[in-house]
Amino acid sequence: MTDATETLLRVEDLRLHYQTRRGVARAVDGVSFDLRRNEALVILGESGCGKSSLAKALMRVLPRNVQHFGGHVMLGETDIMALNDERFRREIQWNRIALVMQAAMNALNPVVRVGEQVAEPLRVHRGWSKERALERVAETFRKVGVSTDFIQRYPFELSGGMRQRVVLAMALVTEPDLVILDEPTSALDVLTQAAIMNVLKRIKRDEGTSFILITHDVATSSELADRVALMYAGQIVEFSDARQFFHDPAHPYSKMLMDSVPRLHQPEAPGHIPGEPPDLINPPAGCRFADRCPSRFERCDRDPDAFSLDERRRVRCWLHEGEDA
Amino acid sequence: MTAGSPLLQASNLHTWFELRQWGFLRVGSVRAVDGVNFALARGESVAFVGESGCGKSSLARTLLGLHRPTRGEVTFDGEELSTLKGKARQRYLARVGYVQQDPFGALPPFMDVRRLLNEPLIIHGVRDPAAREERIRRVLEEVRLTRVDEILSKFPHMLSGGQQQRIVIARALLLEPAMIIADEPVSMLDASVRVEILNLLRNIQRERELTLAFITHDLSTVRHFADRIFVMYAGRIVEQAPVDELLDHPQHPYTQSLLAAIADVDADNALEERDVPGGEPPSLLNPPPGCRFHPRCPKAIAGTCDVREPPRFAPREGHYSDCWLHDERHGS
Ligand SMILES: Nc1ncnc2c1ncn2[C@@H]1O[C@H](COP(=O)(O)OP(=O)(O)O)[C@@H](O)[C@H]1O
Ligand SMILES: Nc1ncnc2c1ncn2[C@@H]1O[C@H](COP(=O)(O)OP(=O)(O)O)[C@@H](O)[C@H]1O
Ligand SMILES: [Mg+2]
Ligand SMILES: [Mg+2]
Repeated sequence: MTDATETLLRVEDLRLHYQTRRGVARAVDGVSFDLRRNEALVILGESGCGKSSLAKALMRVLPRNVQHFGGHVMLGETDIMALNDERFRREIQWNRIALVMQAAMNALNPVVRVGEQVAEPLRVHRGWSKERALERVAETFRKVGVSTDFIQRYPFELSGGMRQRVVLAMALVTEPDLVILDEPTSALDVLTQAAIMNVLKRIKRDEGTSFILITHDVATSSELADRVALMYAGQIVEFSDARQFFHDPAHPYSKMLMDSVPRLHQPEAPGHIPGEPPDLINPPAGCRFADRCPSRFERCDRDPDAFSLDERRRVRCWLHEGEDA
Repeated sequence: MTAGSPLLQASNLHTWFELRQWGFLRVGSVRAVDGVNFALARGESVAFVGESGCGKSSLARTLLGLHRPTRGEVTFDGEELSTLKGKARQRYLARVGYVQQDPFGALPPFMDVRRLLNEPLIIHGVRDPAAREERIRRVLEEVRLTRVDEILSKFPHMLSGGQQQRIVIARALLLEPAMIIADEPVSMLDASVRVEILNLLRNIQRERELTLAFITHDLSTVRHFADRIFVMYAGRIVEQAPVDELLDHPQHPYTQSLLAAIADVDADNALEERDVPGGEPPSLLNPPPGCRFHPRCPKAIAGTCDVREPPRFAPREGHYSDCWLHDERHGS
């Protein structure tokens, strides 16, 4: 039996930079956080801030134009950055960390029955027989709310919501410690989104799975988050308990983001964040948010540290200097 | 036309698509718009809300004259759309601006912004290049694009999604429309720029006193951007009311489910499952008899909802809902 408060994942100074024609794009630029067992961490941020790159770095599915990939990642007792590609693929990918890529539901193989596709991680990474694997697939389908009749169907015979459940089953079928979901509901309708979030809540409660959920939508994030990491231009600018983040955000960017969330029962119109995020190729030298920040002052020309406000809350903003715990 | 008459009216509107196998065998009809009635006043902003596949885009395209209605009619400023030919049709298209879901797909990739904004003006006979440039700069300012000179020489792929959508809106405004139909104008954009674009559309609508038909699948954004809401389900309008009235007192079980599925942001959201009706919207090829929502409806009345189509009831003043629960005989 594992201790519920045990740390599952510890990420320190993770970096993933790409070589492009215009220069080096620092998509993940010194990211640190930790995740406990059975916790859900939401990575929140505008598009282009590096969320998918962070997921790919953790799962080590990297494009060819990587210029720099480094940092420390401990999964339980294993220093997974120290593993060579061969061992990483065999021991970590799918077995201990599973990733549902952005738009994965549209990337299912159209000519292979969905049951076989979901069985694939078991067949490839565990060497299970087809019968044994399909039995596990049926069990997983029941957990995510897909009728076992669908095992024999092709992707085009399924609705968007069902295909999203199928790719979720694919990530869960090996019973990994950590499931990373990259924008799993962004393309779905309100009711389908809510149904998928219900499935995730149930899995988290019943199976003890840990989640990293990536989204640009604050409302979606609140449906699963225990903790929130807000990313901006390749860095985590605030890392907080979900309750603190939603009700008393600390970073000026977090505050503006929370003010921009449309609320059904709020009489005032939501605000917005003027301007655009900086270029990741030549990010500004100081705080990367300074250009859009209403609280900017002289210090912001220098890159802020991540100040710890309390044990589990870090904010990358000079306004919180000195509050350091 | 008098100011009191509606700008646009849809009566008994049906848009069906014939489905054929191997190109000739008739399999049936997809009833994308299946008996829709409404009237839009001058200067009002309305939202059509519904899940994907319920017929929102088909309705928009029918209003724009891009699909010919299978039955029923659309009148604009007193003229029936299907009677407009040639020049009159051109004029109609200039008076109704179209903002689509995917801004990138709506912009020709091989034209820079200056050229793609000049195009509609040339087509509509603005001959003087200086006059065109003047109008273009004015609308770019209106859609709050800064660094206009830089933007004018860019190609669509060099712009962010938000900037692209501003260009699409600018293009729709160039021809001084009386109405704008915006089909999910922000659903492809980041949450952080959605509010900005919606605010922009709302302000332009108010300043220019335009009629705005705003299509969305997201109820949480409509309160501040529309005066009235139409809720659509499976090709039909099932509920309509002024925005606050509808959001605060939803009457149709479908609308109630939609509202139950979204909650205002709170850390406790993660602790409880939401009430979501099972199943999925029906096939429009073969919609269920009776009320189209009855197979998923938690309140369906057996023997009624599965047999007879509900008529329109007015359970509250100015608030309409097509649901048998409002029938006195069922004692709602
Ligand atoms: N393979 C790649 N080569 C070069 N740049 C990339 C590559 N993948 C992503 N990027 C760039 O890295 C930045 C972060 O991208 P991404 O991680 O996809 O962000 P997000 O998921 O938050 O939208 C973006 O500027 C994107 O254009
Ligand atoms: N040109 C077309 N030909 C055939 N079927 C269509 C066409 N356009 C839309 N449909 C069908 O009509 C239904 C309604 O689609 P649509 O109007 O796009 O809904 P929404 O915009 O609400 O998602 C769907 O079943 C869709 O597949
Ligand atoms: Mg992404
Ligand atoms: Mg549509």
